[in-house]
Amino acid sequence: MNKILLVETKLLGRDWLAAALTLALPVGLLLVLGQIPDLQKPDPNLGGQRFVDAQLPAQMILLALLTTAFTVLPGSMATYREQGVLRRMSTTPMHPGRLLGAQLLLNLVMALISAVVVIVAGRLVLGSHIPQQLFGFLLVFLLGAAAMLALGLVIAAVAPNSKSAPGIGSVAMFPLLFVAGMWIPREIMPDTLRTISDYSVVGPFVNAMRDTWAGDWPQLPHLAVMLVGLVLFTGLAVRMFKWE
Amino acid sequence: MRAGPHIASKYTLTRQPARFPARKGVPSVVSMNVIEVKNLHKRYKDHVAVDDVSFEVRAGEIFGILGPNGAGKTTTVECVSGLRVPDRGTLRVAGIDPVADRDALRRVLGVQLQSAALPEKIKVWEALDLYASFYAEPADWRELLERVGLTAKRDTMFGKLSGGQRQRLSVALALVGKPRIAVLDELTTGLDPQARRDTWELVERVRDSGVTIVLVTHFMEEAERLCDRVALIDSGRVAAVDSPSGLVARVGGEQKVRFRPSAPVADSVLTSLPEVKEVVRTGGQVVVTGTGNLAPAVTLALAEQGIVPNDLRIEQATLDDAFLALTGRKLA
Repeated sequence: MNKILLVETKLLGRDWLAAALTLALPVGLLLVLGQIPDLQKPDPNLGGQRFVDAQLPAQMILLALLTTAFTVLPGSMATYREQGVLRRMSTTPMHPGRLLGAQLLLNLVMALISAVVVIVAGRLVLGSHIPQQLFGFLLVFLLGAAAMLALGLVIAAVAPNSKSAPGIGSVAMFPLLFVAGMWIPREIMPDTLRTISDYSVVGPFVNAMRDTWAGDWPQLPHLAVMLVGLVLFTGLAVRMFKWE
Repeated sequence: MRAGPHIASKYTLTRQPARFPARKGVPSVVSMNVIEVKNLHKRYKDHVAVDDVSFEVRAGEIFGILGPNGAGKTTTVECVSGLRVPDRGTLRVAGIDPVADRDALRRVLGVQLQSAALPEKIKVWEALDLYASFYAEPADWRELLERVGLTAKRDTMFGKLSGGQRQRLSVALALVGKPRIAVLDELTTGLDPQARRDTWELVERVRDSGVTIVLVTHFMEEAERLCDRVALIDSGRVAAVDSPSGLVARVGGEQKVRFRPSAPVADSVLTSLPEVKEVVRTGGQVVVTGTGNLAPAVTLALAEQGIVPNDLRIEQATLDDAFLALTGRKLA
Protein backbone atom coordinates (compact mmCIF):
# COMPACT_ATOMS: atom_id res chain seq x y z
CA MET A 1 0.00 0.00 0.00
CA ASN A 2 2.90 2.36 0.73
CA LYS A 3 3.95 2.50 -2.94
CA ILE A 4 0.45 3.23 -4.17
CA LEU A 5 0.03 5.88 -1.51
CA LEU A 6 3.37 7.42 -2.43
CA VAL A 7 2.61 7.49 -6.16
CA GLU A 8 -0.92 8.80 -5.62
CA THR A 9 0.47 11.56 -3.39
CA LYS A 10 2.92 12.55 -6.11
CA LEU A 11 0.15 12.52 -8.72
CA LEU A 12 -1.98 14.71 -6.47
CA GLY A 13 0.96 17.08 -6.07
CA ARG A 14 1.23 17.33 -9.85
CA ASP A 15 -2.45 18.30 -9.94
CA TRP A 16 -2.23 20.65 -6.97
CA LEU A 17 -4.50 23.24 -8.55
CA ALA A 18 -7.48 20.88 -8.48
CA ALA A 19 -6.71 20.06 -4.85
CA ALA A 20 -6.44 23.75 -3.97
CA LEU A 21 -9.79 24.51 -5.57
CA THR A 22 -11.50 21.83 -3.51
CA LEU A 23 -10.06 23.54 -0.47
CA ALA A 24 -11.09 27.03 -1.56
CA LEU A 25 -14.84 26.35 -1.61
CA PRO A 26 -15.48 25.71 2.11
CA VAL A 27 -13.01 28.36 3.23
CA GLY A 28 -14.56 30.94 0.90
CA LEU A 29 -18.05 30.01 2.04
CA LEU A 30 -17.00 30.22 5.69
CA LEU A 31 -15.61 33.71 5.25
CA VAL A 32 -18.60 34.97 3.24
CA LEU A 33 -21.29 33.48 5.50
CA GLY A 34 -19.32 34.65 8.51
CA GLN A 35 -20.00 38.25 7.49
CA ILE A 36 -23.78 37.88 8.06
CA PRO A 37 -24.45 40.05 11.13
CA ASP A 38 -27.08 37.69 12.66
CA LEU A 39 -24.57 34.87 12.75
CA GLN A 40 -22.20 37.01 14.78
CA LYS A 41 -24.73 37.66 17.58
CA PRO A 42 -24.96 35.42 20.63
CA ASP A 43 -27.73 32.87 20.00
CA PRO A 44 -29.80 31.54 22.92
CA ASN A 45 -30.46 28.34 20.91
CA LEU A 46 -26.71 27.70 20.97
CA GLY A 47 -26.37 28.38 24.67
CA GLY A 48 -25.43 31.99 24.11
CA GLN A 49 -22.67 31.21 21.63
CA ARG A 50 -22.40 32.94 18.31
CA PHE A 51 -23.17 30.80 15.24
CA VAL A 52 -19.71 31.55 13.86
CA ASP A 53 -18.04 30.31 17.04
CA ALA A 54 -18.44 26.58 16.43
CA GLN A 55 -21.54 25.79 14.36
CA LEU A 56 -20.39 27.41 11.13
CA PRO A 57 -16.83 26.04 11.06
CA ALA A 58 -18.13 22.55 11.88
CA GLN A 59 -20.58 22.76 9.00
CA MET A 60 -17.93 23.98 6.59
CA ILE A 61 -15.66 21.14 7.63
CA LEU A 62 -18.50 18.73 6.90
CA LEU A 63 -19.14 20.41 3.55
CA ALA A 64 -15.46 20.18 2.58
CA LEU A 65 -15.33 16.56 3.64
CA LEU A 66 -18.47 15.53 1.79
CA THR A 67 -17.32 17.34 -1.36
CA THR A 68 -14.08 15.36 -1.29
CA ALA A 69 -15.72 12.07 -0.34
CA PHE A 70 -18.73 12.21 -2.66
CA THR A 71 -17.54 14.04 -5.75
CA VAL A 72 -13.73 14.23 -5.94
CA LEU A 73 -12.98 10.68 -4.80
CA PRO A 74 -15.67 8.85 -6.83
CA GLY A 75 -14.79 11.03 -9.82
CA SER A 76 -11.12 10.11 -9.76
CA MET A 77 -11.82 6.41 -9.18
CA ALA A 78 -14.35 6.33 -12.02
CA THR A 79 -11.85 8.09 -14.28
CA TYR A 80 -9.24 5.46 -13.43
CA ARG A 81 -11.74 2.78 -14.29
CA GLU A 82 -12.74 4.48 -17.52
CA GLN A 83 -9.18 5.06 -18.73
CA GLY A 84 -8.19 1.45 -18.08
CA VAL A 85 -5.85 2.28 -15.20
CA LEU A 86 -7.72 -0.22 -13.02
CA ARG A 87 -7.87 -2.75 -15.84
CA ARG A 88 -4.10 -2.57 -16.09
CA MET A 89 -3.75 -3.17 -12.35
CA SER A 90 -6.25 -6.03 -12.44
CA THR A 91 -3.69 -8.18 -14.27
CA THR A 92 -1.35 -8.10 -11.27
CA PRO A 93 -1.64 -9.95 -7.95
CA MET A 94 -2.44 -6.68 -6.18
CA HIS A 95 -5.53 -6.87 -3.94
CA PRO A 96 -8.05 -4.07 -4.60
CA GLY A 97 -8.08 -3.36 -0.88
CA ARG A 98 -4.59 -1.90 -1.22
CA LEU A 99 -5.74 0.59 -3.80
CA LEU A 100 -8.90 1.51 -1.88
CA GLY A 101 -6.95 1.83 1.36
CA ALA A 102 -4.41 4.14 -0.26
CA GLN A 103 -7.15 6.31 -1.77
CA LEU A 104 -8.95 6.51 1.55
CA LEU A 105 -5.83 7.39 3.48
CA LEU A 106 -4.66 10.03 1.01
CA ASN A 107 -8.07 11.72 0.98
CA LEU A 108 -8.27 11.49 4.74
CA VAL A 109 -5.07 13.49 5.01
CA MET A 110 -6.38 15.99 2.47
CA ALA A 111 -9.64 16.35 4.40
CA LEU A 112 -7.72 16.88 7.62
CA ILE A 113 -5.68 19.62 5.99
CA SER A 114 -8.83 21.35 4.78
CA ALA A 115 -10.37 21.07 8.25
CA VAL A 116 -7.31 22.69 9.77
CA VAL A 117 -7.43 25.48 7.18
CA VAL A 118 -11.12 26.10 7.94
CA ILE A 119 -10.48 26.24 11.68
CA VAL A 120 -7.48 28.54 11.35
CA ALA A 121 -9.21 30.84 8.85
CA GLY A 122 -12.29 31.00 11.09
CA ARG A 123 -10.17 31.81 14.10
CA LEU A 124 -8.17 34.54 12.35
CA VAL A 125 -10.97 36.23 10.42
CA LEU A 126 -14.16 35.57 12.41
CA GLY A 127 -12.80 34.99 15.85
CA SER A 128 -14.31 31.50 15.89
CA HIS A 129 -13.37 29.13 18.65
CA ILE A 130 -10.84 26.36 18.28
CA PRO A 131 -12.06 22.92 19.43
CA GLN A 132 -11.37 22.95 23.17
CA GLN A 133 -11.02 19.18 23.37
CA LEU A 134 -8.50 19.03 20.54
CA PHE A 135 -7.57 15.38 20.94
CA GLY A 136 -11.22 14.37 21.02
CA PHE A 137 -11.85 16.47 17.95
CA LEU A 138 -9.07 14.74 16.06
CA LEU A 139 -10.50 11.34 16.97
CA VAL A 140 -14.01 12.34 15.90
CA PHE A 141 -12.81 13.90 12.69
CA LEU A 142 -10.67 10.97 11.57
CA LEU A 143 -13.37 8.44 12.38
CA GLY A 144 -16.20 10.37 10.74
CA ALA A 145 -14.12 11.37 7.72
CA ALA A 146 -12.94 7.80 7.14
CA ALA A 147 -16.56 6.59 7.26
CA MET A 148 -17.65 9.23 4.72
CA LEU A 149 -14.73 8.49 2.41
CA ALA A 150 -15.54 4.77 2.55
CA LEU A 151 -19.10 5.67 1.54
CA GLY A 152 -17.58 7.68 -1.31
CA LEU A 153 -15.76 4.54 -2.45
CA VAL A 154 -19.09 2.71 -2.49
CA ILE A 155 -20.45 5.46 -4.75
CA ALA A 156 -17.36 5.05 -6.93
CA ALA A 157 -18.15 1.35 -7.24
CA VAL A 158 -21.76 1.82 -8.33
CA ALA A 159 -21.26 4.83 -10.62
CA PRO A 160 -21.31 3.72 -14.26
CA ASN A 161 -18.80 6.30 -15.51
CA SER A 162 -16.68 9.31 -14.60
CA LYS A 163 -19.34 11.81 -15.67
CA SER A 164 -22.10 10.35 -13.53
CA ALA A 165 -19.94 9.63 -10.47
CA PRO A 166 -19.77 13.21 -9.11
CA GLY A 167 -23.45 13.64 -10.02
CA ILE A 168 -24.52 10.61 -8.01
CA GLY A 169 -22.25 11.84 -5.23
CA SER A 170 -23.92 15.28 -5.17
CA VAL A 171 -27.37 13.72 -5.10
CA ALA A 172 -26.31 11.64 -2.08
CA MET A 173 -24.63 14.63 -0.48
CA PHE A 174 -27.60 16.98 -0.05
CA PRO A 175 -29.86 14.72 2.04
CA LEU A 176 -26.86 14.00 4.24
CA LEU A 177 -26.09 17.69 4.69
CA PHE A 178 -29.76 18.15 5.55
CA VAL A 179 -29.93 15.46 8.24
CA ALA A 180 -26.58 16.66 9.55
CA GLY A 181 -28.27 19.94 10.42
CA MET A 182 -26.71 22.10 7.73
CA TRP A 183 -29.95 24.07 7.29
CA ILE A 184 -32.02 23.14 10.36
CA PRO A 185 -30.07 22.71 13.60
CA ARG A 186 -30.67 19.38 15.32
CA GLU A 187 -32.21 21.18 18.29
CA ILE A 188 -35.24 22.35 16.30
CA MET A 189 -35.67 19.25 14.11
CA PRO A 190 -38.97 17.31 14.35
CA ASP A 191 -38.59 14.05 16.31
CA THR A 192 -38.55 11.67 13.34
CA LEU A 193 -35.95 13.70 11.52
CA ARG A 194 -33.88 13.94 14.67
CA THR A 195 -33.92 10.15 15.04
CA ILE A 196 -32.83 9.73 11.45
CA SER A 197 -30.14 12.31 12.05
CA ASP A 198 -28.87 10.45 15.11
CA TYR A 199 -28.25 7.28 13.10
CA SER A 200 -27.05 8.93 9.88
CA VAL A 201 -23.31 8.92 10.71
CA VAL A 202 -23.14 12.57 9.61
CA GLY A 203 -25.48 13.59 12.43
CA PRO A 204 -23.36 12.07 15.20
CA PHE A 205 -20.29 13.36 13.34
CA VAL A 206 -21.44 17.00 13.49
CA ASN A 207 -22.74 16.68 17.05
CA ALA A 208 -19.57 15.04 18.29
CA MET A 209 -17.52 17.77 16.62
CA ARG A 210 -19.61 20.40 18.41
CA ASP A 211 -19.10 18.58 21.72
CA THR A 212 -15.35 18.65 21.33
CA TRP A 213 -15.56 22.27 20.27
CA ALA A 214 -17.23 23.03 23.56
CA GLY A 215 -14.48 21.17 25.41
CA ASP A 216 -16.34 17.90 26.08
CA TRP A 217 -15.27 14.40 25.16
CA PRO A 218 -17.33 12.90 22.35
CA GLN A 219 -20.26 10.74 23.48
CA LEU A 220 -19.85 7.00 23.07
CA PRO A 221 -23.07 6.50 21.04
CA HIS A 222 -21.79 9.05 18.51
CA LEU A 223 -18.48 7.27 18.18
CA ALA A 224 -20.24 3.91 17.96
CA VAL A 225 -22.51 5.00 15.07
CA MET A 226 -19.50 6.36 13.16
CA LEU A 227 -17.50 3.20 13.77
CA VAL A 228 -20.36 1.00 12.56
CA GLY A 229 -20.62 3.25 9.49
CA LEU A 230 -16.90 2.95 8.80
CA VAL A 231 -16.88 -0.84 9.06
CA LEU A 232 -20.06 -1.20 6.99
CA PHE A 233 -19.02 1.16 4.19
CA THR A 234 -15.48 -0.21 4.00
CA GLY A 235 -16.82 -3.73 3.68
CA LEU A 236 -19.27 -2.65 0.99
CA ALA A 237 -16.59 -0.69 -0.89
CA VAL A 238 -14.27 -3.70 -1.06
CA ARG A 239 -17.04 -6.11 -1.94
CA MET A 240 -18.63 -3.94 -4.63
CA PHE A 241 -15.35 -2.80 -6.16
CA LYS A 242 -15.14 -3.28 -9.93
CA TRP A 243 -11.98 -3.22 -12.03
CA GLU A 244 -13.92 -2.25 -15.16
CA MET B 1 -20.90 -23.46 -14.91
CA ARG B 2 -17.96 -25.00 -16.58
CA ALA B 3 -18.28 -28.33 -18.25
CA GLY B 4 -15.88 -30.66 -19.92
CA PRO B 5 -13.15 -32.96 -18.72
CA HIS B 6 -10.48 -31.73 -16.39
CA ILE B 7 -6.96 -31.87 -17.58
CA ALA B 8 -4.60 -33.28 -15.06
CA SER B 9 -1.70 -30.98 -14.43
CA LYS B 10 0.96 -33.37 -15.53
CA TYR B 11 3.58 -30.87 -16.55
CA THR B 12 6.57 -29.89 -14.58
CA LEU B 13 7.25 -26.35 -15.52
CA THR B 14 10.78 -25.25 -15.29
CA ARG B 15 12.09 -22.25 -17.04
CA GLN B 16 14.06 -23.43 -19.99
CA PRO B 17 16.29 -21.49 -22.30
CA ALA B 18 13.77 -21.74 -25.05
CA ARG B 19 15.23 -21.79 -28.48
CA PHE B 20 12.21 -23.26 -30.04
CA PRO B 21 13.18 -25.84 -32.66
CA ALA B 22 9.99 -25.65 -34.66
CA ARG B 23 10.65 -22.23 -36.09
CA LYS B 24 9.38 -21.68 -39.59
CA GLY B 25 7.94 -24.88 -40.83
CA VAL B 26 10.07 -27.62 -39.32
CA PRO B 27 7.64 -30.06 -37.70
CA SER B 28 7.82 -29.65 -33.97
CA VAL B 29 9.05 -32.25 -31.55
CA VAL B 30 6.80 -33.16 -28.63
CA SER B 31 6.77 -30.25 -26.23
CA MET B 32 5.15 -29.28 -22.95
CA ASN B 33 1.94 -27.36 -23.16
CA VAL B 34 1.82 -24.34 -20.89
CA ILE B 35 -1.65 -23.31 -21.99
CA GLU B 36 -4.51 -25.64 -22.81
CA VAL B 37 -7.82 -24.28 -24.02
CA LYS B 38 -10.66 -26.72 -24.72
CA ASN B 39 -14.04 -25.87 -26.19
CA LEU B 40 -14.05 -22.34 -24.84
CA HIS B 41 -17.39 -20.58 -25.17
CA LYS B 42 -18.26 -17.05 -24.11
CA ARG B 43 -21.49 -15.25 -24.80
CA TYR B 44 -22.23 -11.57 -24.19
CA LYS B 45 -25.71 -10.12 -23.88
CA ASP B 46 -26.40 -9.81 -27.56
CA HIS B 47 -23.86 -12.01 -29.30
CA VAL B 48 -21.56 -15.00 -29.03
CA ALA B 49 -17.99 -13.70 -28.86
CA VAL B 50 -16.24 -17.05 -28.59
CA ASP B 51 -18.14 -20.02 -29.95
CA ASP B 52 -15.80 -22.97 -29.74
CA VAL B 53 -12.10 -22.35 -29.33
CA SER B 54 -9.47 -24.98 -28.54
CA PHE B 55 -5.70 -24.75 -28.79
CA GLU B 56 -2.51 -25.50 -26.93
CA VAL B 57 0.50 -23.30 -26.40
CA ARG B 58 3.87 -24.95 -25.96
CA ALA B 59 6.59 -23.83 -23.59
CA GLY B 60 8.94 -21.31 -25.10
CA GLU B 61 7.10 -20.55 -28.29
CA ILE B 62 5.52 -17.41 -29.66
CA PHE B 63 1.94 -18.43 -30.25
CA GLY B 64 -0.13 -16.15 -32.44
CA ILE B 65 -3.86 -15.64 -32.32
CA LEU B 66 -4.70 -14.14 -35.68
CA GLY B 67 -8.04 -13.00 -36.96
CA PRO B 68 -10.00 -9.98 -38.11
CA ASN B 69 -11.42 -7.44 -35.66
CA GLY B 70 -14.34 -8.88 -33.73
CA ALA B 71 -13.31 -12.49 -34.28
CA GLY B 72 -13.15 -13.19 -30.54
CA LYS B 73 -9.37 -12.96 -30.06
CA THR B 74 -9.41 -10.54 -27.17
CA THR B 75 -12.23 -12.35 -25.36
CA THR B 76 -10.26 -15.58 -25.72
CA VAL B 77 -7.12 -14.17 -24.12
CA GLU B 78 -9.16 -12.36 -21.48
CA CYS B 79 -10.55 -15.75 -20.44
CA VAL B 80 -7.05 -17.23 -20.49
CA SER B 81 -5.85 -14.30 -18.35
CA GLY B 82 -8.62 -14.78 -15.79
CA LEU B 83 -10.22 -11.43 -16.57
CA ARG B 84 -13.42 -13.01 -17.83
CA VAL B 85 -15.25 -16.12 -16.78
CA PRO B 86 -16.07 -18.37 -19.73
CA ASP B 87 -19.55 -19.85 -20.07
CA ARG B 88 -18.19 -23.25 -21.05
CA GLY B 89 -14.90 -24.94 -21.67
CA THR B 90 -11.74 -25.95 -19.88
CA LEU B 91 -8.75 -23.69 -19.36
CA ARG B 92 -5.36 -24.51 -17.88
CA VAL B 93 -2.50 -22.04 -17.73
CA ALA B 94 0.69 -23.53 -16.31
CA GLY B 95 -1.58 -26.11 -14.72
CA ILE B 96 -3.68 -23.38 -13.08
CA ASP B 97 -7.41 -22.93 -13.57
CA PRO B 98 -7.73 -19.17 -14.30
CA VAL B 99 -11.29 -19.07 -12.95
CA ALA B 100 -10.70 -20.92 -9.70
CA ASP B 101 -7.27 -19.56 -8.88
CA ARG B 102 -6.85 -16.03 -10.19
CA ASP B 103 -4.19 -15.16 -7.64
CA ALA B 104 -1.92 -18.06 -8.55
CA LEU B 105 -2.41 -17.23 -12.23
CA ARG B 106 -1.35 -13.63 -11.77
CA ARG B 107 1.99 -14.73 -10.40
CA VAL B 108 2.91 -16.69 -13.53
CA LEU B 109 1.16 -14.69 -16.23
CA GLY B 110 1.99 -11.17 -17.40
CA VAL B 111 -0.60 -9.38 -19.48
CA GLN B 112 -0.38 -6.42 -21.81
CA LEU B 113 -3.90 -5.37 -22.63
CA GLN B 114 -5.60 -3.37 -25.25
CA SER B 115 -7.42 -0.38 -23.72
CA ALA B 116 -5.40 -0.45 -20.53
CA ALA B 117 -3.59 2.67 -19.44
CA LEU B 118 -1.69 4.48 -16.73
CA PRO B 119 -2.37 7.86 -15.14
CA GLU B 120 -1.21 10.64 -17.48
CA LYS B 121 1.20 12.17 -15.00
CA ILE B 122 2.91 9.07 -13.66
CA LYS B 123 6.59 8.87 -14.60
CA VAL B 124 7.99 5.82 -16.37
CA TRP B 125 10.15 4.73 -13.43
CA GLU B 126 7.33 5.31 -10.95
CA ALA B 127 5.01 3.05 -12.92
CA LEU B 128 7.60 0.26 -13.01
CA ASP B 129 8.51 0.73 -9.36
CA LEU B 130 4.81 0.65 -8.43
CA TYR B 131 4.02 -2.45 -10.45
CA ALA B 132 7.12 -4.19 -9.11
CA SER B 133 5.70 -3.64 -5.61
CA PHE B 134 2.66 -5.76 -6.52
CA TYR B 135 4.80 -8.90 -6.78
CA ALA B 136 6.57 -10.89 -4.11
CA GLU B 137 9.68 -11.41 -6.25
CA PRO B 138 9.72 -8.78 -8.97
CA ALA B 139 12.29 -8.36 -11.70
CA ASP B 140 14.83 -5.53 -11.36
CA TRP B 141 12.90 -2.78 -13.12
CA ARG B 142 16.02 -0.79 -13.96
CA GLU B 143 17.29 -3.71 -15.98
CA LEU B 144 13.86 -4.10 -17.56
CA LEU B 145 13.89 -0.44 -18.52
CA GLU B 146 17.18 -1.00 -20.26
CA ARG B 147 15.84 -4.07 -22.03
CA VAL B 148 12.86 -2.25 -23.53
CA GLY B 149 15.04 0.72 -24.43
CA LEU B 150 13.37 3.30 -22.20
CA THR B 151 16.23 4.18 -19.87
CA ALA B 152 16.45 7.66 -21.38
CA LYS B 153 12.73 8.13 -20.72
CA ARG B 154 12.69 7.05 -17.09
CA ASP B 155 11.62 10.48 -15.81
CA THR B 156 9.11 11.15 -18.59
CA MET B 157 5.43 11.16 -17.77
CA PHE B 158 3.24 8.48 -19.33
CA GLY B 159 1.14 11.11 -21.11
CA LYS B 160 4.22 12.45 -22.90
CA LEU B 161 5.34 9.10 -24.34
CA SER B 162 4.90 8.21 -28.02
CA GLY B 163 2.74 5.25 -29.00
CA GLY B 164 5.74 2.96 -29.41
CA GLN B 165 7.23 4.02 -26.08
CA ARG B 166 3.91 3.37 -24.33
CA GLN B 167 3.76 -0.10 -25.81
CA ARG B 168 7.31 -0.84 -24.71
CA LEU B 169 6.51 0.38 -21.21
CA SER B 170 3.43 -1.81 -21.29
CA VAL B 171 5.58 -4.83 -22.22
CA ALA B 172 7.94 -3.97 -19.38
CA LEU B 173 5.01 -3.82 -16.95
CA ALA B 174 3.81 -7.20 -18.18
CA LEU B 175 7.28 -8.61 -17.44
CA VAL B 176 7.98 -6.96 -14.10
CA GLY B 177 6.49 -9.90 -12.20
CA LYS B 178 8.92 -12.32 -13.87
CA PRO B 179 6.10 -14.22 -15.58
CA ARG B 180 6.51 -17.57 -17.28
CA ILE B 181 3.95 -16.58 -19.87
CA ALA B 182 3.20 -13.17 -21.37
CA VAL B 183 0.01 -12.29 -23.20
CA LEU B 184 0.45 -9.39 -25.60
CA ASP B 185 -2.78 -8.07 -27.12
CA GLU B 186 -2.61 -5.95 -30.31
CA LEU B 187 0.84 -4.79 -29.39
CA THR B 188 1.67 -2.87 -32.55
CA THR B 189 -1.71 -1.49 -33.56
CA GLY B 190 -1.38 2.20 -34.32
CA LEU B 191 2.42 2.19 -34.42
CA ASP B 192 4.47 3.48 -37.32
CA PRO B 193 6.50 0.89 -39.26
CA GLN B 194 9.79 1.62 -37.49
CA ALA B 195 8.24 1.42 -34.02
CA ARG B 196 6.51 -1.78 -35.08
CA ARG B 197 9.78 -3.40 -36.13
CA ASP B 198 11.44 -2.29 -32.88
CA THR B 199 8.58 -3.82 -30.91
CA TRP B 200 8.90 -7.08 -32.83
CA GLU B 201 12.57 -7.29 -31.97
CA LEU B 202 11.69 -6.70 -28.35
CA VAL B 203 9.17 -9.54 -28.42
CA GLU B 204 11.78 -11.88 -29.88
CA ARG B 205 14.25 -10.91 -27.17
CA VAL B 206 11.63 -11.59 -24.51
CA ARG B 207 10.98 -15.02 -25.96
CA ASP B 208 14.71 -15.71 -26.07
CA SER B 209 14.84 -15.01 -22.34
CA GLY B 210 12.57 -18.00 -21.78
CA VAL B 211 9.10 -16.47 -21.63
CA THR B 212 6.32 -18.15 -23.58
CA ILE B 213 4.37 -15.55 -25.52
CA VAL B 214 0.78 -15.42 -26.68
CA LEU B 215 0.50 -12.71 -29.29
CA VAL B 216 -2.89 -11.43 -30.37
CA THR B 217 -2.87 -9.64 -33.67
CA HIS B 218 -4.81 -8.86 -36.79
CA PHE B 219 -1.64 -8.19 -38.80
CA MET B 220 -0.74 -11.03 -41.08
CA GLU B 221 2.81 -9.74 -41.43
CA GLU B 222 3.32 -9.67 -37.67
CA ALA B 223 2.14 -13.26 -37.22
CA GLU B 224 4.24 -14.45 -40.14
CA ARG B 225 7.35 -12.71 -38.87
CA LEU B 226 7.11 -13.55 -35.16
CA CYS B 227 5.04 -16.62 -34.50
CA ASP B 228 6.13 -20.22 -34.26
CA ARG B 229 2.54 -21.31 -34.50
CA VAL B 230 -0.65 -19.45 -35.24
CA ALA B 231 -4.31 -20.07 -34.47
CA LEU B 232 -6.52 -18.56 -37.15
CA ILE B 233 -9.71 -17.38 -35.50
CA ASP B 234 -12.84 -16.35 -37.29
CA SER B 235 -16.32 -15.67 -35.86
CA GLY B 236 -15.41 -17.19 -32.51
CA ARG B 237 -14.05 -20.42 -33.94
CA VAL B 238 -10.58 -21.77 -34.68
CA ALA B 239 -10.19 -22.28 -38.41
CA ALA B 240 -6.73 -23.86 -38.13
CA VAL B 241 -3.66 -24.08 -35.90
CA ASP B 242 -0.28 -24.53 -37.52
CA SER B 243 3.05 -22.86 -38.19
CA PRO B 244 2.74 -19.91 -40.60
CA SER B 245 4.39 -21.89 -43.39
CA GLY B 246 2.26 -24.92 -42.57
CA LEU B 247 -0.86 -22.82 -42.95
CA VAL B 248 0.32 -21.45 -46.25
CA ALA B 249 1.14 -24.97 -47.46
CA ARG B 250 -2.43 -26.03 -46.66
CA VAL B 251 -3.86 -23.76 -49.28
CA GLY B 252 -1.87 -25.59 -51.94
CA GLY B 253 1.41 -23.81 -51.46
CA GLU B 254 1.34 -22.52 -54.99
CA GLN B 255 4.18 -20.18 -55.85
CA LYS B 256 5.09 -17.94 -58.74
CA VAL B 257 8.59 -17.14 -59.97
CA ARG B 258 8.98 -14.14 -62.29
CA PHE B 259 12.15 -13.17 -64.15
CA ARG B 260 13.55 -11.74 -67.36
CA PRO B 261 15.87 -14.30 -68.97
CA SER B 262 19.25 -12.98 -70.16
CA ALA B 263 18.85 -15.09 -73.33
CA PRO B 264 15.83 -16.76 -74.98
CA VAL B 265 14.70 -19.85 -73.09
CA ALA B 266 12.53 -22.69 -74.35
CA ASP B 267 9.40 -23.54 -72.34
CA SER B 268 10.43 -27.18 -72.33
CA VAL B 269 13.49 -26.38 -70.18
CA LEU B 270 11.10 -25.35 -67.43
CA THR B 271 8.03 -27.51 -68.00
CA SER B 272 10.19 -30.64 -67.77
CA LEU B 273 10.84 -29.81 -64.10
CA PRO B 274 8.55 -31.74 -61.70
CA GLU B 275 7.99 -28.57 -59.63
CA VAL B 276 6.61 -26.57 -62.54
CA LYS B 277 2.93 -26.54 -63.40
CA GLU B 278 2.66 -23.73 -65.89
CA VAL B 279 4.80 -21.25 -67.82
CA VAL B 280 3.35 -17.97 -69.07
CA ARG B 281 5.13 -15.19 -70.96
CA THR B 282 4.11 -11.56 -70.69
CA GLY B 283 6.31 -9.21 -72.69
CA GLY B 284 9.91 -10.05 -71.88
CA GLN B 285 8.90 -11.58 -68.59
CA VAL B 286 8.50 -15.27 -67.82
CA VAL B 287 6.09 -16.30 -65.05
CA VAL B 288 6.49 -19.84 -63.77
CA THR B 289 3.82 -21.31 -61.50
CA GLY B 290 4.45 -24.39 -59.40
CA THR B 291 4.94 -25.97 -56.00
CA GLY B 292 7.69 -27.25 -53.70
CA ASN B 293 11.21 -25.90 -54.13
CA LEU B 294 10.21 -24.02 -57.22
CA ALA B 295 12.68 -21.12 -57.20
CA PRO B 296 15.89 -23.16 -56.71
CA ALA B 297 14.76 -25.71 -59.33
CA VAL B 298 14.08 -22.99 -61.91
CA THR B 299 17.30 -21.05 -61.29
CA LEU B 300 19.34 -24.26 -61.43
CA ALA B 301 17.76 -25.32 -64.73
CA LEU B 302 18.45 -21.85 -66.16
CA ALA B 303 22.05 -21.92 -64.93
CA GLU B 304 22.61 -25.21 -66.76
CA GLN B 305 21.60 -23.39 -69.95
CA GLY B 306 23.91 -20.48 -69.10
CA ILE B 307 20.92 -18.17 -68.64
CA VAL B 308 20.72 -15.58 -65.91
CA PRO B 309 17.23 -14.79 -64.48
CA ASN B 310 17.19 -11.00 -64.18
CA ASP B 311 14.72 -9.17 -61.89
CA LEU B 312 13.96 -12.45 -60.19
CA ARG B 313 10.88 -12.32 -57.96
CA ILE B 314 9.34 -15.07 -55.92
CA GLU B 315 5.68 -14.76 -55.01
CA GLN B 316 4.35 -17.08 -52.39
CA ALA B 317 0.94 -17.47 -50.88
CA THR B 318 0.70 -15.54 -47.61
CA LEU B 319 -1.21 -16.04 -44.40
CA ASP B 320 -3.80 -13.71 -45.91
CA ASP B 321 -4.36 -16.22 -48.71
CA ALA B 322 -4.43 -19.05 -46.19
CA PHE B 323 -6.99 -17.20 -44.09
CA LEU B 324 -9.12 -16.51 -47.15
CA ALA B 325 -8.97 -20.12 -48.27
CA LEU B 326 -9.75 -21.51 -44.81
CA THR B 327 -12.52 -19.14 -43.78
CA GLY B 328 -13.80 -17.67 -47.03
CA ARG B 329 -13.12 -14.26 -45.55
CA LYS B 330 -10.43 -11.65 -45.88
CA LEU B 331 -8.22 -10.91 -42.89
CA ALA B 332 -8.25 -7.15 -43.21
